[in-house]
Amino acid sequence: MRVQPEVGPLREVRGPSALGGGWRRFADLLWLMSATEFKRVYFGTVLGYLWSLVRPLMLFGVLLFVFTKIFRIGSGVPNYPIMLLFGIVLFSFFQEATQNAVTSVVAQEGIVRKTQFPRLVIPLAVVLTAFFNLCLNLIVVFGFVLAWGIDPTWTWLLFPLALAALFILTTAVSMILSVLYVRFRDVLIIWTVVAQVLFYGTPILYPIEIVPEQYWKILFLNPLAPLFEQIRVWVIDPSAPTAASVVGGAAGLLPAISIFIGICVLAVWIFNRDAPRIAEDL
Amino acid sequence: MPPENVIKAAQIDGPPRPAADAPTSIEARGLEKAFRIPIHRVDSLKERMVRPFSSRDYRELQALDGISFEIRQGEFFGIVGRNGSGKSTLLKLLASIYRADAGTIRMAGRLAPFIELGVGFNVELTARENVVLNGVMMGLTQQETRDRLDAVLEFAELTEFADLKLKNYSSGMLVRLAFSVMLQADADILLIDEVLAVGDAAFQQKCGDAFREMKAAGKTIVLVTHSMTIVEDYCHRAMLIDSGRIQHIGDPVEIGRQYLRMNFDKGSEITEGSAGNDEVRLLDAWIEDVDGGRAANVEHGSEIKMRVELEVKRDARGLDVGFIVVNGDGLGVFEFGTAVKNSDGSQSVQAGQRVRVEIELENPLAPGRYFVHCGVNRIHGGGVALYVENALSFVVYGGPAARGIVLLPHEIEATVEEETA
Repeated sequence: MRVQPEVGPLREVRGPSALGGGWRRFADLLWLMSATEFKRVYFGTVLGYLWSLVRPLMLFGVLLFVFTKIFRIGSGVPNYPIMLLFGIVLFSFFQEATQNAVTSVVAQEGIVRKTQFPRLVIPLAVVLTAFFNLCLNLIVVFGFVLAWGIDPTWTWLLFPLALAALFILTTAVSMILSVLYVRFRDVLIIWTVVAQVLFYGTPILYPIEIVPEQYWKILFLNPLAPLFEQIRVWVIDPSAPTAASVVGGAAGLLPAISIFIGICVLAVWIFNRDAPRIAEDL
Repeated sequence: MPPENVIKAAQIDGPPRPAADAPTSIEARGLEKAFRIPIHRVDSLKERMVRPFSSRDYRELQALDGISFEIRQGEFFGIVGRNGSGKSTLLKLLASIYRADAGTIRMAGRLAPFIELGVGFNVELTARENVVLNGVMMGLTQQETRDRLDAVLEFAELTEFADLKLKNYSSGMLVRLAFSVMLQADADILLIDEVLAVGDAAFQQKCGDAFREMKAAGKTIVLVTHSMTIVEDYCHRAMLIDSGRIQHIGDPVEIGRQYLRMNFDKGSEITEGSAGNDEVRLLDAWIEDVDGGRAANVEHGSEIKMRVELEVKRDARGLDVGFIVVNGDGLGVFEFGTAVKNSDGSQSVQAGQRVRVEIELENPLAPGRYFVHCGVNRIHGGGVALYVENALSFVVYGGPAARGIVLLPHEIEATVEEETA
C-alpha cells in the first residue's frame, strides 16, 4: 500500500479575486514584488539610486530658476525653494506611481492569465516601489530642509499622517486606473494629461496666497491641494495659511474630503467588481 | 480489441492506480462558463461615447455547459478534447484564473496555481530571486522558500548560476529551473496544460520522470492535452469533452478511441459542410484482421488490410481516391491512391453508388500510432470532392526496437576482409 499524504477536507474554490489566496500570501507577494522591482531598477543602472533623485532635483532646479529669476513668483515667499522641492518630490511619487500603475496589470498578462494570483498585488506593488523611492528621497529633502535653516517643530510629527493620506489616495487612483486600462486603452493617454493638470492644480509651483481668492474653493476640490498646503504648514512654514483657513474653516474642506473618500470607495468597488474577470478581458 | 501488449507495457511502466476508496481530491458540480465575444470590440473611450450601447453587441459563447466530475486523490487525470472544446477553460476554472458562472468546485489540499511551466519568471531577476518569488506564488512562506532554495537549485543543477539573471539563461536551463521550482512547492494538486507537448526530447524525458515521481508520491495531477499517446501512457482516467459537455469519462484507451472517432465524424462534416459540396461521403473505414474482423492494432511486419467505403452523392465523370499515412507526430510517412473504376473499366459514377476501397500494405512501420487521411479528387475539372483527416487510425506494435519511422526490409552483412596474397 502506498501512503497517501494527508490533505484535509474538501474546500470550496471561489475563483479569482482581488486578494485571493489568503492574507499571508498576499503580503508576502506584495513585499517581494515591490522589493525586487525596487532592487532591479536601482541596482540595474550605473548610477542606481541617484537617478531617482536626479530627476526631481533637475526639475526643481529648472523651476526654481524660472519662478525666482524670471517670473519672480517665489521671491517674496518665505522658504519658497524648500516648498517647491518638497512639493515636487511628493508629487513625483504620486505621478510615478499612478503612471506606472496604469499599464501594470496588462503588463503582467502572463501572471494574470496563467496563475492564480491576487490581482490587487500588481498595482499595489507599483505604488509600494514608488513609495520606497519617495522615502529615500525624503531623507535627502529633509537634509535640505535642515540645511536651509528651518527648525524642526512638533508639527513634523504630523507629517507621516499627511504622507499616509497621500499614499492612500495614490493607491486608490492606481487601482482604478490599472483595472480600467484593461478595457479602455486610452486611459494611459488621458491620465498623462490629467496628471499634468493636477500638477498645476496643486499649490506646488505657487503658494496659494497669490492665487486670486475666488479660485481657492475650486482649486481645493482637488484633494491633493489641501493636503500639500497642510504639509507646507506643518513642515516648512507655520505662518502659511492652513488648508482649513483657505476655504473658510474646516467645513470648507468637506468637498475635498468627500472626493477623497469617493475615490477610495470607487477604487475598492471597481477593483472588486472587475478583478474576477481581468483574465478574460485581457 | 485494444492493443493488449501496448497497454500492458504502459501499465508496467506506470505506478499503481489509486485505491478505489481513495478520498476525493477535486469535485466539480455543474460548472458553467460563458464568454461574451463582442462583435465590435469597444476598446477606447471615444468609441464608447460615440456608441454608448455598442458594447451590448456580443455573442455568447458557452464554453462549458454543465460539467460535473470527481477526481480521487492520487489520480492522474487527463482532459482531452478538440480545439475550442472548453478543456483549457475548465482548467482555468480549477486554477482560479476564471470564475465560473454557475456550479461549484471543491478541492482538498494545496493547489499549485500554475498551468504552465515558468510562468511568473522575471528574466531581469536572478535565479535565486525567481525561485523565492515563485515559491511564494505557490503558497509557501518566504522562510520556507529560502530553506528550500539550495535544494531547488541543486536539483536543477544550476547552483553555480544562482546569481545569473534569467535573461542570460539558455532555454534548457530555464526549463530545468521551472521544473525544479514546480516540484519544490510540494503541492497536493497539480494542473498542467500541455507542457509535455512542448520542448525537446530531453525535456520530455525529464518531464516524464518527474511525473512518474509525482504519481508515485500520491499527487493528484490534472493534465490537459491533445496527445492520445500521453493520455494512454500516463493517465489513470481521462475525460473527453466536446462543445463544453462531457462526452465520456473513463479508461484512457477508450477515451482515445472515442476522440479519434469524434475527429473522424467532425472531419467529414466540416469538410463537406465548409466546401459546400456533398459529392462524396465517407461511410466507414477500418483495418481488417486475419479473421475478417476489425482491428485497432497491427503487428510490425504483418500485412495491413485497410477497408474504406464511400458513397457517391452526385454524378461524376471520374474520381481519384488517395490516402496519406501520418505518424503520431503528424509527419507524413507515405501516400498512395488510385482512380475509381467500374467493373467494365469505365470511370464515371452515379449518385447513390457505393465505392469499396481495399488496400493491402506491407508493414515496415515503426511501433507507434498512425493516422490515415483520406481524400477524393475530381479527375475532370479538378478540385477536392472529399477530405477527411484521421479517417482511421491504428497502432503498430512489436518489431525490433530501433530508431526511425520505418523499418525497411534489408540485407546487411559485415565481414572481415581477408587479405589476398
